[in-house]
Amino acid sequence: MLELVIFSSLNGLLYGMLLFLLASGLTLIFSMMGVLNFAHASFYMLGAYFGFQISRYVGYWPGLVMAPILVGFIGALIERYGLRTVHKFGHVAELLFTFGLAFIIEEGVQMIWGKVAVDYRVPELLNFPAFTLFETTFPAFKMFMLVVSVATFVALLTLLTKTRVGLIIQAALSHPNTVGMLGHNVPMIFMMVFGFGCGLAALAGVIAGPALVTQPAMAASLGPILFVVVVVGGLGSLAGAFIASLAIGLIQTFAVAMNISIADVMATIGIKLDPNSFAGDLWMATIAQVAPIIPYLLLVLVLMFRPQGLMGNRDT
Amino acid sequence: MNALTRALPWLSGIAAVLILPHVFSSGASISIMSLIGFGIIFALSYNILLGQTGMLSFGHAVYYGLGGFITAHALNIIAGSKLPIPLPLVPLIGGIAGLVFAAPLGWVSTKRAGTAFSMISLGVGELVAACALILRGFFGGEGGISTSRTSVLQVFGWSFGPQIQVYYLIYAWCLICAGLMYAFTQTPLGRICNAVRDNPERTEFVGYSTHMVRFLAFCIAGFFAGVAGGLAAIHYEIVTSGVVGAGPSGFVLLMTFIGGTGFFIGPVLGAILMSAMQSLSDITGAWLLYLGILFILMVMFAPGGLAGLLFMHRPAANLHGLAKLAPAYLVAAIPGLGLFAGIVFLIETSHHVLVKSSEGMQMRLLGLEYQADAPLTWALIAALIVVTFLAFRRTWPWVASAWSEAIKPEAR
Repeated sequence: MLELVIFSSLNGLLYGMLLFLLASGLTLIFSMMGVLNFAHASFYMLGAYFGFQISRYVGYWPGLVMAPILVGFIGALIERYGLRTVHKFGHVAELLFTFGLAFIIEEGVQMIWGKVAVDYRVPELLNFPAFTLFETTFPAFKMFMLVVSVATFVALLTLLTKTRVGLIIQAALSHPNTVGMLGHNVPMIFMMVFGFGCGLAALAGVIAGPALVTQPAMAASLGPILFVVVVVGGLGSLAGAFIASLAIGLIQTFAVAMNISIADVMATIGIKLDPNSFAGDLWMATIAQVAPIIPYLLLVLVLMFRPQGLMGNRDT
Repeated sequence: MNALTRALPWLSGIAAVLILPHVFSSGASISIMSLIGFGIIFALSYNILLGQTGMLSFGHAVYYGLGGFITAHALNIIAGSKLPIPLPLVPLIGGIAGLVFAAPLGWVSTKRAGTAFSMISLGVGELVAACALILRGFFGGEGGISTSRTSVLQVFGWSFGPQIQVYYLIYAWCLICAGLMYAFTQTPLGRICNAVRDNPERTEFVGYSTHMVRFLAFCIAGFFAGVAGGLAAIHYEIVTSGVVGAGPSGFVLLMTFIGGTGFFIGPVLGAILMSAMQSLSDITGAWLLYLGILFILMVMFAPGGLAGLLFMHRPAANLHGLAKLAPAYLVAAIPGLGLFAGIVFLIETSHHVLVKSSEGMQMRLLGLEYQADAPLTWALIAALIVVTFLAFRRTWPWVASAWSEAIKPEAR
């Protein structure tokens, strides 16, 4: 049991930190431009695929640096020539634009790299178990993922709270017009933040690609969870996104490890539920099976009862 | 507008429904036209949300899919216990199912508008899609729920075995639903929906509850989506858990938006175009990519959709200026078509190199045979795109000046 708790905590923490790498960019972009970027998870996928392609020529490590820069650059271009054109048609058009973008990126990735998963391997340098606890090993690469994501989190926090760049970004979040009056190029700041957010997503892709599976469906499966994180944490709040990422990472990882159903619980207090009855599937479904539902349930509940999210200061 | 001009689109629609199966009488084309039929209902129901009330939903297929599942189960029950319900009434069950599910889920999601509504609809959609994999009894697991449309009570000798009879059934429902939805846009509630879309704050001040208006619109949209789902279940005779997922929800959004959300005819055009494009999937493996590009271009340059582009010409037509536009359009069309061909060549050739390289590099497109990986091919494609794009840009001022001529009131 202790083994399960420790490893689930570690994996949950890891998953949560990955989610945060994505959610931080998404929530920054949202609070600046009011655009909920539907394609954010697609940039994560692009990062993984770019990293894979680069690793085939020059190895994993250059990919770790080059892929996020490349994707960040593409993101900035898309903001400049796509999103800014659509901006005048309103938020619905912007959401539709990013929706179409996600669609095209998925199709493009399928065309270029095929529909099946690519063989993106953990670099040799980290291909060993970090430690063994109760006969279960924890791979070094996962430790590396944890270190990179925590380091990115700390760097981001320092950048936003301690530097002049962060000061301007934070000012542009709440008072874009005033920042413009003071002589800063606000559209340029938007473009940079968009590109930077995409780059962060790509970084998450490069570090997650070898550990999870690099396949065309990875964006579509992570995208909705990301929205849950951002909304539950409170739109525009980095701290909220951090807490929500960790919470959802832990909840999902622990839920997957639990093999208990309602019928089992009822059986311990002496009520026997018939698996062949009308709602039999519901009674027999284990927590592991309903794990995919939990985040969405959380999303709907939060939007109903606390629309500003955990830490948000404005309504969704 | 007198009664005749108002009835003209409907009469031509009915005429098209009656004539087309005789023109395109092959089994495949009747099947495609049947698809278009319930596609139209589904897209029109989606437009009640997006175009009429301004709610961008990412989970509308939930009501379509649940309508389909309930219809399939109902058909099985009717056939099993020999209930005296004929098939033509069964889609109504799907509609009621759509309404029943739309009421509680809609009450929750329509509490908020704008981006929050979109997020909730996405969450609800994912929730139902995930449930579909857990509740195997109701959703049939991987295999889905299969049913038979011929084993229920038959009236007037219609067995609904042949596809052509199903075609007429689908279009009878399609015309009824389209008529009802059009009538809905003309009711006071339908008008208030527009007000909620354009200025919710002011609508609240006038004394309407925007939540209530959105909720009612959502329920009506859910009902018609359920009817469409029921017809789909009757058409395919099987419903799989995929229909409640994100795929169909996104598809109906593309369909409605490309058709045009600002006009009633828009989603109809979108449904026809999308089904036609779907049949392209036999010709090109990259048709979803074309679809995505078309969608992005529409969002960026023609947010009114196809219908918006068509109706843009109404002022010019009223002023008898269309003749002045035609030459400019013709001139712009030459490089425009060249650019289009260049992009098609680019996508198809890359698709061939990337996906079908095992079949050899020799390929055929638009009657041309060429080597897909030859540098000359790529240079020619690049040259075609660049040259036609530059030429296309040069025609824009012509078109613009032709436009200003065309909408100028005629000098007396």
